[in-house]
Amino acid sequence: MITVSNLFKSFGQTPVLCGATLTLAKGTSTVVIGKSGSGKSVLMKSILGLVKPDSGTILQDGAPLDQTRFLDDFGMLFQGAALFDSLPVWQNVAFRLLRRMPKAKARAIALEKLGRVGLEADVADRLPAMLSGGMQKRAGLARAIATNPSVLFFDEPTTGLDPIMARAINDLIRDIVRETHATTLTITHDMTTVRTIADTVMLLDQGKVHWQGTVPQLSESRDETLRSFIA
Amino acid sequence: MNPLAAVGRTTLLAVAAIGRITLFTLSAIVHIFRAPFYPRQFGLALVQIGWLSLPVVGLTSLFTGGALVMQIYAGGARFNAEAVVPQIVAIGMVRELGPVLVGLMVAARVTAAISAEIATMKVTEQIDALITLSTDPMRYLTVPRVLAGILVVPLLVAVGDIIGIMGGYGVATGSLGFSPAAYLRNTVNFLEPLDIASSLIKGTAFGLIATTMGCYFGINAGRGARGVGRATKSAVEATAVLILAANFALTAVIFSL
Repeated sequence: MITVSNLFKSFGQTPVLCGATLTLAKGTSTVVIGKSGSGKSVLMKSILGLVKPDSGTILQDGAPLDQTRFLDDFGMLFQGAALFDSLPVWQNVAFRLLRRMPKAKARAIALEKLGRVGLEADVADRLPAMLSGGMQKRAGLARAIATNPSVLFFDEPTTGLDPIMARAINDLIRDIVRETHATTLTITHDMTTVRTIADTVMLLDQGKVHWQGTVPQLSESRDETLRSFIA
Repeated sequence: MNPLAAVGRTTLLAVAAIGRITLFTLSAIVHIFRAPFYPRQFGLALVQIGWLSLPVVGLTSLFTGGALVMQIYAGGARFNAEAVVPQIVAIGMVRELGPVLVGLMVAARVTAAISAEIATMKVTEQIDALITLSTDPMRYLTVPRVLAGILVVPLLVAVGDIIGIMGGYGVATGSLGFSPAAYLRNTVNFLEPLDIASSLIKGTAFGLIATTMGCYFGINAGRGARGVGRATKSAVEATAVLILAANFALTAVIFSL
């Protein structure tokens, strides 16, 4: 379980996080929504240690989050996939595996994961620049799940994809989350993503969690801020 | 606006930037001696910085050596000192022009490439991805390039020195009437070990400067294509200025010995 309490972060004079508090329960899928500039990405990057919060606490299973230990059992799909463009696709997927096992074994696992996300083996030796946006997202997803991590983050997983590919990525994420029982955090603007993969939905507004509930509660809520966002 | 305040603010920003660059450089040097090491990245950096720079270094040195001979010959003729051309070309190339030209060529070619590549990785979140994959960007991106620069730029300087001297030799023997054997004998006999050592020391320092600046400005790039462009421009400018400043300082130190 990951617990974030009273996170504050400003860039210069601009406050971005203003006391964000949330809990990512073990084995559940939490989706954070919110308009641009509401602090979603900064919240995610703060948990990852990529941004240093001004104040607040981040705990994992009750103890202060140890970044090294946390990242060892973690996978992430970035908004633009963030594949390393100097490495072929299979080495991107096997990036972490190559430090832990022989090359042949790492490649075999990478091919298996590529297959899991619907990519053929012939993609493995191509460079990321030779793939379409949707294929890059799939390869990024394969890299995220390569080591079967217990925590997965998804940053705008369907941004920039056509509706059919977006649905395919949403379904893949849903299935992978169900299979792996991973604790997941997703940030998105896409309500289809929310309805497909969320156990818990949070609306981030003005740097803190404004509303929290389940997908059925989302439709029933009369909260004005929430309704203006999902309308 | 108070002009003194503006001067003060600019000075503080400059001092802070120098401090950050110094700390980054020290960190890169310290990390060279710490595991993990990435041999594949190091091998790629050796090829990029060393092997692929050879053509531009060779051509630059060749033409400069040839031009230098003509300049010294024309200048020397004013006081009947044409005979010292081989010695002055040798000392000029080895002590000064060879290292500086190679350093500036490496700045133009290697620093720009490193900075643009790493800055692009920054804006496309590839550096964040590295961190989430438990990989330290300092060890994976910076150390292999800096180590390759330290090792390979002195070799480039040595190659540049030799090609520059041979460029001068070609012009001197081909069109100025120098005896080939006497030209080579005068060149070799005149150079001292300290001349060659100073050339290699400068090459090492310039390799460190060129690669560290490329990595520093790349990792600290701003957002978007503009950020990449600005990082590359700043990296090349800073490298060129630092190489010339370091050349002055090293020359003062080495030849005061």
